[in-house]
Amino acid sequence: MMTPAESRVWDPAELLPRDRLALLQLERLRGSVARAGITPFYDAALSRAGVAPADIRTLDDLQRLPITTKDDLRAHYPLGMLAVPRSEIARIHGSSGTTGKPTFVAYSHADMQVWSGLCARFLVAGGLRPDHLVHVAFGYGLFTGGFGLHQGIERVGAGIVPVAGGNTPRQVTLLADLRPDVLVCTPSYALHIAEVARATGGDPRALWLSYGHFGGEPWTEEMRVEIERELGIQAFNNYGLSEVIGPGVSGECLARSGMHVAEDHFLVECLDPWTLEPVPDGDVGELVFTSLTKEAMPVLRYRTRDLASLDRSPCPCGRTGVRMSRVVGRSDDMFIVRGVNVFPSQIEEALLRVEGAAPHYVIEIARPGTLDEAVVRVEIRPRDFSDEMRQMVALRDRIDHEIHSITGIRMTIELVAPNALGRSEGKARRVIDHRRAGGAAG
Amino acid sequence: MKLTQLSLFLENRPGALRLPCQVLGQAGIDILSLSLADTQQFGILRLIVKDVERARKVLEEAGCVVKATDVLAVEVPDRAGGLADMLGAFEGSGLALEYIYPLVAGHRGKTAVLLLRVEEPEKAAALLAGRTVRVLSREEAFEAVGA
Repeated sequence: MMTPAESRVWDPAELLPRDRLALLQLERLRGSVARAGITPFYDAALSRAGVAPADIRTLDDLQRLPITTKDDLRAHYPLGMLAVPRSEIARIHGSSGTTGKPTFVAYSHADMQVWSGLCARFLVAGGLRPDHLVHVAFGYGLFTGGFGLHQGIERVGAGIVPVAGGNTPRQVTLLADLRPDVLVCTPSYALHIAEVARATGGDPRALWLSYGHFGGEPWTEEMRVEIERELGIQAFNNYGLSEVIGPGVSGECLARSGMHVAEDHFLVECLDPWTLEPVPDGDVGELVFTSLTKEAMPVLRYRTRDLASLDRSPCPCGRTGVRMSRVVGRSDDMFIVRGVNVFPSQIEEALLRVEGAAPHYVIEIARPGTLDEAVVRVEIRPRDFSDEMRQMVALRDRIDHEIHSITGIRMTIELVAPNALGRSEGKARRVIDHRRAGGAAG
Repeated sequence: MKLTQLSLFLENRPGALRLPCQVLGQAGIDILSLSLADTQQFGILRLIVKDVERARKVLEEAGCVVKATDVLAVEVPDRAGGLADMLGAFEGSGLALEYIYPLVAGHRGKTAVLLLRVEEPEKAAALLAGRTVRVLSREEAFEAVGA
């Protein structure tokens, strides 16, 4: 396995001392509030909150600004939040609509420059060099993943194989034949590629890949270990969401102990999802972002629903941007079974603790009578299959035990055939809640 | 002396059993014997076929999870107490008998052929030597079932 190159820094702004960063943020925040105020939505929201751009005197005044939610964006579908003339739109992307009606976001030409630069930042922080070749298996289209990473790679000057999603056997062939150094896709798709490579008689570790940048869906540290083992690579995490800008909001450096937020372009808060009060550093809360430089569609205090924690301790890499943990759950993906809060990430952790249990699963929750019932359907792997019933029952019981010990609730464990649950190149759908009208979330 | 058995993972849903049977049928592969172990949520189908490699290939191509294991084919007298005699050979040996199912009964009018899944087939065969039962070769076992 090749290790990534020495740590490099794409943009000197990543190293700005905190005091100078704060001054820049304050100046940019005033500008961003003024730009947002052009839209009828923020004009009304700011006057309701009694805040004008001139009232922003310190960064603490951020907390006086109104909160923005996904529902606000939906209510202004399709482009009601646009803060520039339509003629200045350089690009439109959209959210996947996994949790309801899709939303669109617009970029000006300057936004596009900022965005590609932010993607270049985390790619370079994770070792991308101009002489590398990158296999991009993200969907190209309204989803920000494909184009976002593509543009970032282009800025760095590295080569690109824009394979996009789908046709996994072909992806495996291209990985073997074109010998890219870097893989870009969702973490679950990376594992799927490894599975397909193995199923077709190949050894995914023998590919030329030396590392990968994965994002687009939450994943766990255990999954990182598995991806690294299965593909023989180093796996880096990055984070972003279309409403804020797309990928590039934050990403890991070689230290891989949190993702540096591009704080010269976004202010990040970590709030209690119920009280909206800030949580102490290190505690899990909902991430809330305020754009500082976006022109076409600025957002003030956008509630991401992503749960993570913040770490302001210095990083050995020298970057000064606060580090966010990986996303441990969604404040709207969290489900309550018999009064207990459960996150899909807990189920994932339990499955990975059980040797051999694949991280492909779906949780179905129903209330057939008066009590909630949760069924976890887990795909078995061919190598874990035994002709002896006691081995299979033992496997199921181990999963049952781990889920119970992590979540504190008993769920019904159903073993299903490999690939019975299907895969997605976008966000994996983990939770199906039959209790809700409409039936789906996550 | 050992026979290769194919085991399949079956989900507990309508059609789960029919799929592998249909796949084998279309490939012209005859199922010589089978045993089905089930729980409320899933089952394990164990099959004896003559062309194991081809059967495995077509089943895997159809998306089945297949595992090959060795079983012993043992011919026992088809009379009251015949099976008990055979099992007596294992008593006190510490040999774990996982499961047992018939390949054919009424063979040559007076014997039955049983399939034994044990952890250590060689040890089992040695324990059975000198008894009223006989461990069959692969060919003998197929002949017994007329394949």
